[in-house]
Amino acid sequence: MKQSIQWQIAQVKAIKHETPTVKTFTLSIPAWVQHRAGQHYDVRLTAPDGYQAQRSYSIASEPERVGDIDLTVERLGDGEVSPYLHDVLVPGDQIELRGPLGGYFVWDTTLGGPLLLIAGGSGIVPLMAMVRHRVAQRSDIPTRLLHSVRTPEAVIYAEELSRLSKQQTRLDVTYTFTRQAPANWRGYARRVDEMILREVLQTLGNKPRIYICGPTALVEVAANTLAGIGVDAESIRTERFGPTGGR
Amino acid sequence: MSGQFVSRGFQGGRPSAETRDRLPPGQHAVSDFPVLSAGPTPQVTHENWQLTIEGLVQEPITWRWEDFLKLPSQEFTVNIHCVTSWSKFDTRWRGVSMDTLFEHVTLDPRARYATAHCHGGYTTNLPIDELINGQAFVAYEYDGKPLPAEHGGLARLVVPHLYFWKSAKWLRGLRFMESNQRGFWESLGYHNHGDPWKEERYSSDY
Repeated sequence: MKQSIQWQIAQVKAIKHETPTVKTFTLSIPAWVQHRAGQHYDVRLTAPDGYQAQRSYSIASEPERVGDIDLTVERLGDGEVSPYLHDVLVPGDQIELRGPLGGYFVWDTTLGGPLLLIAGGSGIVPLMAMVRHRVAQRSDIPTRLLHSVRTPEAVIYAEELSRLSKQQTRLDVTYTFTRQAPANWRGYARRVDEMILREVLQTLGNKPRIYICGPTALVEVAANTLAGIGVDAESIRTERFGPTGGR
Repeated sequence: MSGQFVSRGFQGGRPSAETRDRLPPGQHAVSDFPVLSAGPTPQVTHENWQLTIEGLVQEPITWRWEDFLKLPSQEFTVNIHCVTSWSKFDTRWRGVSMDTLFEHVTLDPRARYATAHCHGGYTTNLPIDELINGQAFVAYEYDGKPLPAEHGGLARLVVPHLYFWKSAKWLRGLRFMESNQRGFWESLGYHNHGDPWKEERYSSDY
């Protein structure tokens, strides 16, 4: 079980613009180890004088993809690592990292469902790895993704999720727009609250596995509200990001 | 530690020399106080709060909230280091030193390790040697105010010389044992000891 997680040098294969502030970096990993959906890598930058900075980034790609991974990273204006990744890194560059890491906020099809995924902003990333894993496994575990985003432009993986929710059976994607909804939007347009949570729960029966990732405020409200309306606290797993690039 | 690798074009955020001296390897300083928890925030009330010391002690002891507040407390200001790579300097707390709690029990000489048990089911393990001599506290105030629930209120362990996952939130008990039993994160790939200055993040970091 236990394997040594060593630093290694990966190569940037491709960079994709997801939204104006979010990019996906496809990295080839020399000592690739299969991850579990929900895990992360630690990325470490080293300056010529030896100064180092490191941060954790969730894996977006499914474990079934061999040899490389996708890290989807939001650029934080006051950050130290994400602006480097966004502004400096180009395909062909090398980057030091280690992983996969983290053993609790993980899901795979053997754990079963139904599955409720709740994302705030770029908190979608580890949950997307779970969705992609479910697709790769041709699973039809009832799955509902509730994604809270500020504006339509800020939706990460919009096209892929739209396609998957049409193609896949029992995969449902629900958005709520907290700042500005698309024109003629008839869905949710507010922060996640008890009514939204009750409605998404309704379609999943009473014992879903729940994964919540996003800013602290969203995670606190979603997790504590669900626990408050009778969902077993043990079935709720959370991952929070503060402004991790803050300094 | 890395070899000769340099990230092309990386200069870094250039923390001041003073900040760099205070930062363990791989850490960066933050001014906010991020929240990290594995599940919902347990709702602990003054009425149902209690703290128990048990295991290898002559007689277990339990404090209720009002009794715990009567114990001598102290203010302390410490730097805290989270394994997710943020550090926060000069955090100000009030709480009861573990030394004070130890005065109320007689340890069995075989006792060497403690497991902290928490509301919500979280656990973490620490050597008793690292809980004594002013190294650890049960804190109930942060920055002059009652400790907020999302930061572990009503009361949490604060063991600033170890990564902050060892500073268990929503503390409800300490069990003393002869053997070192891995806690929640320690069973999930994180280091059994967790010294930030030795960068003991993951179980494979020796």
